[in-house]
Amino acid sequence: MNTRALALRIRRHAIEMTHSGNSSHVGAVLSIADILAVLYGQVMAKRPDDPKWANRDRFILSKGHAGAGIYAALAETGYFSLDQLRTHYKNGSLLSGHLSHLGIPGVELSTGSLGHGLSVAAGMALAAKHDGGSHRVFVLMSDGECDEGSNWEAILFAAHHRLSNLVAIVDYNKLQSLGSVEETIQLEPLAEKWRVFGWHVVEIDGHDHDALLNALSVDLAAYPQPTCIIAHTIKGKGVSFMENSVLWHYRSPQGEEYERALSELRADT
Amino acid sequence: MRDEFIRTLTQLARHDPNLFLITGDLGFGVLDHFADELPGQYFNAGVAEQNMTGVAVGLALEGKTVFTYSIANFPTLRCLEQIRNDACYHEANVKIVAIGGGFAYGALGFSHHATEDLAVMRSMPQMTVVAPGDPVEVRAATRAIYQARGPCYLRLGRGGEAAVHPKEVDFTLGRAIKLLDGNEIVYLATGGILSNVFQACQLLKTRGRQAALYSIPTVKPIDRELLETLAQRFRAIVTVEEHSVIGGLGGAVAEILASIPQPRAILKMIGLRSGFSSVVGDQEYLRKTYGLSVQAIEEIGWELLSGTGSVAAGLNHTGRFFGPVPSPGNT
Repeated sequence: MNTRALALRIRRHAIEMTHSGNSSHVGAVLSIADILAVLYGQVMAKRPDDPKWANRDRFILSKGHAGAGIYAALAETGYFSLDQLRTHYKNGSLLSGHLSHLGIPGVELSTGSLGHGLSVAAGMALAAKHDGGSHRVFVLMSDGECDEGSNWEAILFAAHHRLSNLVAIVDYNKLQSLGSVEETIQLEPLAEKWRVFGWHVVEIDGHDHDALLNALSVDLAAYPQPTCIIAHTIKGKGVSFMENSVLWHYRSPQGEEYERALSELRADT
Repeated sequence: MRDEFIRTLTQLARHDPNLFLITGDLGFGVLDHFADELPGQYFNAGVAEQNMTGVAVGLALEGKTVFTYSIANFPTLRCLEQIRNDACYHEANVKIVAIGGGFAYGALGFSHHATEDLAVMRSMPQMTVVAPGDPVEVRAATRAIYQARGPCYLRLGRGGEAAVHPKEVDFTLGRAIKLLDGNEIVYLATGGILSNVFQACQLLKTRGRQAALYSIPTVKPIDRELLETLAQRFRAIVTVEEHSVIGGLGGAVAEILASIPQPRAILKMIGLRSGFSSVVGDQEYLRKTYGLSVQAIEEIGWELLSGTGSVAAGLNHTGRFFGPVPSPGNT
């Protein structure tokens, strides 16, 4: 499956999972579907039948509220059955709204409270350096999450220790929980902030698969410092009435909205 | 205690390249041996406890055993959610070490008094909570938590504490250590206050009364089996801790006693009432101010044994109110 087809399937799963579970955060999943598709479909070294394989690339979703996207990516790439996705958010399921690793092969870290992923990823990258491992550690963060002070502690730490095997991706869709990033807590100039903290920074269109592939596959050994990819994205990407709308951080697609969302995602192929 | 800890940890790390020590920019002059001898296994994370704990979890998930080190409430309360979500939920091999349990940093002020840490850490799922009573217990406890799987909290005093145990102890996580035999009442002590409790028992002895004494270095899991026995054998159990009476050793013992159908023993908790100390003074001064002096601990035992005073009348915990003005709502 090519990465574009995988992204479409992740989006469709996101609609179906949030519909049947009556759960929130569909906009946040649609925002990162292309990033996940390029990582899981092409970039990351992985062995779904041996999820703890020592040389795998590690992936941490720090914005754990988009956990449905990871469950979908893992199921689509063979970590567990697609049928299990139907249990998402249901009583007795292993697939909670925020990402949990318990009983789910391929999830490196359970998240849900923001500002945790980057520090743990830095620890994993530090371990890889210590052990001479050649794998990379990817961590996907939200833009609103950059408000958390703990991230800036980790940004300092990773730069200080020259964790060149660490790649942070910021899903920069410019919307957070109650409104725009700009009107909540201004992050700009965001790229410049990471840069002056000592990171190698790349800015791309987070829905452009060629750009993503290029940015995520670049020879990281060429840079002695950790890399930050600022991925400019659209929250709700792929479903016209969900795009750039805070409402779909919360609302679950039901009835006619559900049908329309799926038909738009079908049309996209 | 801290010197004993770092000496033991250095010995362990010498034989285990996967043992890491991360400090939150504290331990001046204390960590040098470890840092100089094993620089590849030592990091200073800076003044950033949340990241220190997250990094420790990342290392632990990659197979390392990681000790985080700081003082007072910094490695626990400051980064509590990293401990809960990252360390505990993932059962990560992270060992949190706090120097300055209780009033060890007395005159530095309330920010440096670790007086709720046992309660908070005890409530964390998967967490083992250890507060050794003297340097001998520190040696054994450090080895024990290194060998144990999963997150542990090690609460230490500061430096220069005298040994209470005359020789090495038989130390098992979750087991109490017997120091003195006695009848009628038994003292249970956790952490560095053990020394004061031991002396209080000796004072009682000079007055012709014999109290039993156990050190309870593992506050969680508590030695339930022993407590069930003590609850039937003794007339009173007296817990002593340099910590709030809410949720620490006294709380843990109370939880067990409440689950026993008809315990013979009543429970007296000696500890600190919820609040802050605004009194300036060294550790012994503050202990005395708040009812944790040798004499105060001895007096409770004396009253229980002789059936006099408010303690025997049923006041279920002692310890003075923190702060200059007691308020009725203060428990």
